[in-house]
Amino acid sequence: MLTKGLKTLLLGAVAALALSGAAQGGTLTIESWRNDDAQIWKDKIIPAFEKAHPDIKIEFAPTAPKEYNAALNAKLEGGTAGDIITCRPFDASLELFNKGYLASLNDLSTMANFSDVAKSAWTTDDGKTTFCVPMASVIHGFIYNKDIFKELGLSEPKTEDEFFAVLEKIKANGTYVPLVMGTADQWESATMGFQNIGPNYWKGEEGRKALIDGTGKLTDPAYVSTFATLAKWAPYLGDGYKAQTYPDSQNLFGLGKGAIYAAGSWDISTFHAQNINMGAFKPPLPAGATECFISDHTDMGIGMNAKTKNPADAKVFLDWIGTEEFANILGNELPGFFPLSNAKVQLKDDVAQTFVNWRAECKSTIRNSYQILSRGTPNLENEMWNVSAQVINGTMTPEAAAAQLQDGLKKWYAPQQK
Amino acid sequence: MPQGTFLRLLVFFLGPALLVYSVFSIYPLLATILNSLYSHQRDGSYLWNGLGNFQTLLFDPTWSVPFWNALKNNFIFFLIHMCVQNPVGLLLAALLSLPRLRFRATYRTLIFMPTMLSVVVIGFAWQLILSPLWGIAKMFLQTFGLGFLFAPWLGLESSALITVSLISVWQFVGIPMILIYTALLAIPDELVDAATVDGLNQFQAFVWVKLPLIWPTIGLVSILTFVNNFNAFDLVYAMKGALAGPNFATDIMGTLFYRTFFGNQLQLGDPSMGSAVATMMLLIILIGVMAYLFLVQRRIQRYSF
Repeated sequence: MLTKGLKTLLLGAVAALALSGAAQGGTLTIESWRNDDAQIWKDKIIPAFEKAHPDIKIEFAPTAPKEYNAALNAKLEGGTAGDIITCRPFDASLELFNKGYLASLNDLSTMANFSDVAKSAWTTDDGKTTFCVPMASVIHGFIYNKDIFKELGLSEPKTEDEFFAVLEKIKANGTYVPLVMGTADQWESATMGFQNIGPNYWKGEEGRKALIDGTGKLTDPAYVSTFATLAKWAPYLGDGYKAQTYPDSQNLFGLGKGAIYAAGSWDISTFHAQNINMGAFKPPLPAGATECFISDHTDMGIGMNAKTKNPADAKVFLDWIGTEEFANILGNELPGFFPLSNAKVQLKDDVAQTFVNWRAECKSTIRNSYQILSRGTPNLENEMWNVSAQVINGTMTPEAAAAQLQDGLKKWYAPQQK
Repeated sequence: MPQGTFLRLLVFFLGPALLVYSVFSIYPLLATILNSLYSHQRDGSYLWNGLGNFQTLLFDPTWSVPFWNALKNNFIFFLIHMCVQNPVGLLLAALLSLPRLRFRATYRTLIFMPTMLSVVVIGFAWQLILSPLWGIAKMFLQTFGLGFLFAPWLGLESSALITVSLISVWQFVGIPMILIYTALLAIPDELVDAATVDGLNQFQAFVWVKLPLIWPTIGLVSILTFVNNFNAFDLVYAMKGALAGPNFATDIMGTLFYRTFFGNQLQLGDPSMGSAVATMMLLIILIGVMAYLFLVQRRIQRYSF
């Protein structure tokens, strides 16, 4: 039975199919979910490539982020997907590779420009085959409004105590929303909340790997404390934060009505467009912690459709993606997306540079639900969205949230069943 | 007419409809049911699984808790439509058919308008209206000193589903209205005139003469509501996303199906389990429609004028 929604989706796929069909014949089509960046691809990235390779034409054909995975799968199954595929990290792309939709890229010469950590999101479990060129990572932290901080005489908080003291002062003043985030879309709570401040508690990679090999549990104090800290955010969030969506949050901060924004670095360009005088500080250290950890998440790779009619040209393009030239364009034109290559990239954007400086000061990790742990049912990432939002909404205790995550993971993940 | 000609005519007139119906309705339906009997493997292949998917869906708590939750929410969604949308539609139709009403066409068009708008537009507009940050609902209540009544309704577990249902009611109330209004128009004036001569006022004439004549239409509206509600998906998806928060308070069969079939963020889609959910939706709708046909439809008396 086809539901109404499915029908709409299929219609969409058919329409997209018709569009992508028109672009064939010497042209490489790029599938992507970054429709926000379409202009930059068209005006900067593609012209730079075509200048060096005038015989290859590139077309950037993005889909809406929410629909990307479903639409891409449908197009690949129907044999109508573009030549170049922008890769989601970890399992979504790994499955495409296992089904034979993505080609191995081991023989690309510029693959040497990437570290193993950068490649880990697009490499098979045995580490032998890499199927997407790592393109960009995103870093979590907090963006703040410098004008408001100046007006209220505040400085960047370094520890959690300072962080809550700053929030308290903004709240006491009453003019601005102290901390901008909503729980309506759920993922904000998990990604900008839990995964943002969490690495300081579970010690980044150490905690993440312990979950994977089964020596760590989501009920460990580190995770309960992360949730407990998240729960303390609630009094400082905007009025009615329970119905505040992600675009609401962006607007609230972008209009200068909020002081601190729980951020992903990709928001930088949004706020630049609204002329916000902003700075950034990394997740403040919990009491007693000396080392800092940041979420420096491998977010975007780019690979080749195994059934492309033009594999030679596609490889030329992907090889170019691995060069320093591309890293420079990406880092500077899309502030907040940080190139993963080892090339030295000078960023012109101060805020983006602040984010990237943390790589030297702190240890990097990726979001702990992304590798392996979200392969079963119930899905760990979905569960994290749900319980993080509930903890902040005050409808669930930190202990109950941690217990629900652990129970769910234990149901299907063997290393956690010992 | 010779038999050959008759057969040719039959094929000519019925063939195209039969073909379109088979290809776009019957085949996907059967394919879905068949698909639900397999289990989808990681490498993309399918293994025969019999009724295993249904057993998992109904009895394994990992699946059954979301399933029963979605089914319960869907029933609430349907009940709100039956208790609000259809009575209001009936009332509006009755008002529209008042003999001395002015601006009839304007009202009719305005009330029917939301039905023709895209769900995405409706979802977006209502999210803005109800937004605790910049929504006019809050300011409106505050103007009358009722600001304390405002809550972030779309974000609370207790009220999110009711809010989404009422938005859907607002959007689709034009359909029962227009169907019932047309049925009311079809009632001959003589009947109403006779009732008036017999001493019935307008209200009595409506209850005792017109209402019995439009029962078949109300039955039709009810069954359409049932089928549409249990196939609903888009409004919840547009307003609350595929995870239908908070804590799955707005999760209905359509969103559960979408999540299962297409996946969400890191959850990979599972076509066979998704087909099992879709088959359950088909069964529920089938049972509802059959119950209506055998228990209600047969007892409705029809009058022809």
